[in-house]
Amino acid sequence: MQRRTFLTSATVGAATLAFPGILRAQSKDPIRIGFPLPLTGPFAAIAGDMKQGAELGVDELNAKGGILGRKVELLVRDDQLKPQVGAQRTQELIEKEGCQFIVGGLAAHVQMAINEQTKKAKVLFISTSQSDEITAKPDASPITFHEALNPTITSRVVGKWVMENLGKKWWIVYADYAWGKQNNAVLTEVNKKMGGTILGSTPYPLGSAEFSAHLPKIQAAKPEVLMAVTPGADDIAFLKQVKSFGMQNQMKIAKPLHWISVAKQGGPELYQDVYGGINFYWELQDSIPEAKKYVESFQKKFGIPPGDYGVYAYSAVLEVARGSELAKSTDAEKVAAALHKSPQYNHFKGKQYWRACDNKSIQDMWIVKGRGPGKTKGDWGLLEIVSRVPASEEYDRTCAEKGHTA
Amino acid sequence: MADVSLAALAAQVFTGLVLGGIFVLLAIGLSLIFGLMTVVNFSHGALYMLGAYFGYVLMTRTGSFTVALILAPVLVGVFGLLVERFLIRPLYGRSPDDPLLLTFGLSLVIVETARLIWGKIGLPLDPPAALAGAVNLGFTYFPTYRLFVIAVTAVVLLALWLFLEKTNVGLLIRAASRDPLMVRALGFDVGRVWFIVFGIGTGLAGLAGILAGPMRGAYAEMGVTIIIESFVVVVVGGMGSLLGAVISGLLIGQVVSLTTFFAPQLAEIVVFIFMAVILLLRPSGLFGEAGLLE
Repeated sequence: MQRRTFLTSATVGAATLAFPGILRAQSKDPIRIGFPLPLTGPFAAIAGDMKQGAELGVDELNAKGGILGRKVELLVRDDQLKPQVGAQRTQELIEKEGCQFIVGGLAAHVQMAINEQTKKAKVLFISTSQSDEITAKPDASPITFHEALNPTITSRVVGKWVMENLGKKWWIVYADYAWGKQNNAVLTEVNKKMGGTILGSTPYPLGSAEFSAHLPKIQAAKPEVLMAVTPGADDIAFLKQVKSFGMQNQMKIAKPLHWISVAKQGGPELYQDVYGGINFYWELQDSIPEAKKYVESFQKKFGIPPGDYGVYAYSAVLEVARGSELAKSTDAEKVAAALHKSPQYNHFKGKQYWRACDNKSIQDMWIVKGRGPGKTKGDWGLLEIVSRVPASEEYDRTCAEKGHTA
Repeated sequence: MADVSLAALAAQVFTGLVLGGIFVLLAIGLSLIFGLMTVVNFSHGALYMLGAYFGYVLMTRTGSFTVALILAPVLVGVFGLLVERFLIRPLYGRSPDDPLLLTFGLSLVIVETARLIWGKIGLPLDPPAALAGAVNLGFTYFPTYRLFVIAVTAVVLLALWLFLEKTNVGLLIRAASRDPLMVRALGFDVGRVWFIVFGIGTGLAGLAGILAGPMRGAYAEMGVTIIIESFVVVVVGGMGSLLGAVISGLLIGQVVSLTTFFAPQLAEIVVFIFMAVILLLRPSGLFGEAGLLE
């Protein structure tokens, strides 16, 4: 017997005696969770946070012995924010890498492409980014779950709050793709319903860095509120140019969503007094025990506080595990049935639940605003919580409106 | 959309001037390189991006925007010289497709390298304090920095024109662009002219990058869309024509700006519609001479 072989078997033998549970977990094939994400492009900052959230979830699962006694592996792939690449990566993750679950996606249009693949391959998919269609017919499926908020919920909540608190005459600028268009439509609807005026709404292509041509017109129209549906890196370029035209002194600025990773990148000066909704903010740890636990372990592992989209990924990974344990299987339909049977969960910000008809996660959200330079709490405390909006199905479209019969 | 005030329209024209200025700086470099060497430099967008990142590094190191504004284009130009010397020069005399493919591949390499060095997430660039904020132009507030961009573009164009028209090197460049064979027969080293021109052209791309940085931020993909628009500018102006590049750049800046004003949905495609119309009317562009690619 060679020395190396001897050492290996001796170590394994010793480990078996010391940690039988772990070794049993590793003796079977691991459970693989595929995770397509736009690691490059305008959403890179948010995607990075999601990758970390998912990694933390997988670490926690493996520390507890994995799923069904099997080790868990996370396979992250770059979808480049392109639907066809997202579809291809997903197909590879399922067919070549043998992933039992797909979690992820960070753009409404790419999610749809991922969802097509998971439906076809009968693999459970937990989507972690905003989309109205993914839980509505014809895209919805019994094995597709939606962890994130969606444009309808976000824009109804934020739109209502802005109407009540900031002003009724709006101009909307929105990224010209699924998520942007949906937010624009919902914001417009809320504004009209509450007796407001839309002075104008301007689409621009997602991933733009130049907005100046839009601005003189908006400035001349003198809206009370400028609604910026400008996701990811676009947000920084947009706000920068808005401020360079001096418009922050002429109108309030609000957005359906804040992203702490993007705000950090843009800096406190840029985000001062910019209002918006958010699904999670690390300072919630002051009031919510689950948030505190999550923030602390994230901080310990990565050295920075978690962002708002990483929690979706974290929670989705844990839901894959919870469903599999309940079902005692990784079969998509069985796991889905198990999640339907016990829909309540609480991984990071208090209670959430899967709505039965459409697999939508119903959850709390918050209104926040930028604190401004000199008032931030450390490097990451750029936002201040203004108001909590408790979970309610009423903010989403009804099951019937989404085309579900149940 | 009924009340189109004159003031808003004037502001729109100014905005278009800035857009156009960046287009011109990029297109003139492309056109210069193409006109002289028949090299379609696909890495121009990546060099534009390098200009912004070099500017960022210089600004954080020296704390001076002026130093960054001067040195970043020079560094990009030097990089361009190396590219010409070691990558493009071996391909002279072969079909124009070869350098095109090479520079296309090079652009991918540069973008990936930028991602490796500076990260996948963009970096913020701020205009210097003296140029931050907005100026009251009487009819609108306009960002000071953008006025500065218009001024720099104008100065650089003037300097380039004087260089080409009034200096001996400029004369040689113009002669080599008209008839390289004759210039060679007269005993001049045409290869050296090409070398210099490639340096100037890429340096201008770097200048456009550092100028655009404080408006748009620096990110690895920033050259990807603008290179296409710049090609459109070159094609509309006439391949190889410098005057064409200037006029068509300013024209397209206005077309984009005014379309955004009246019909924002069309702003993205209007550039291509404009190109199609021009090419239908004048197949070799506004100021182009036929047959350069044959």
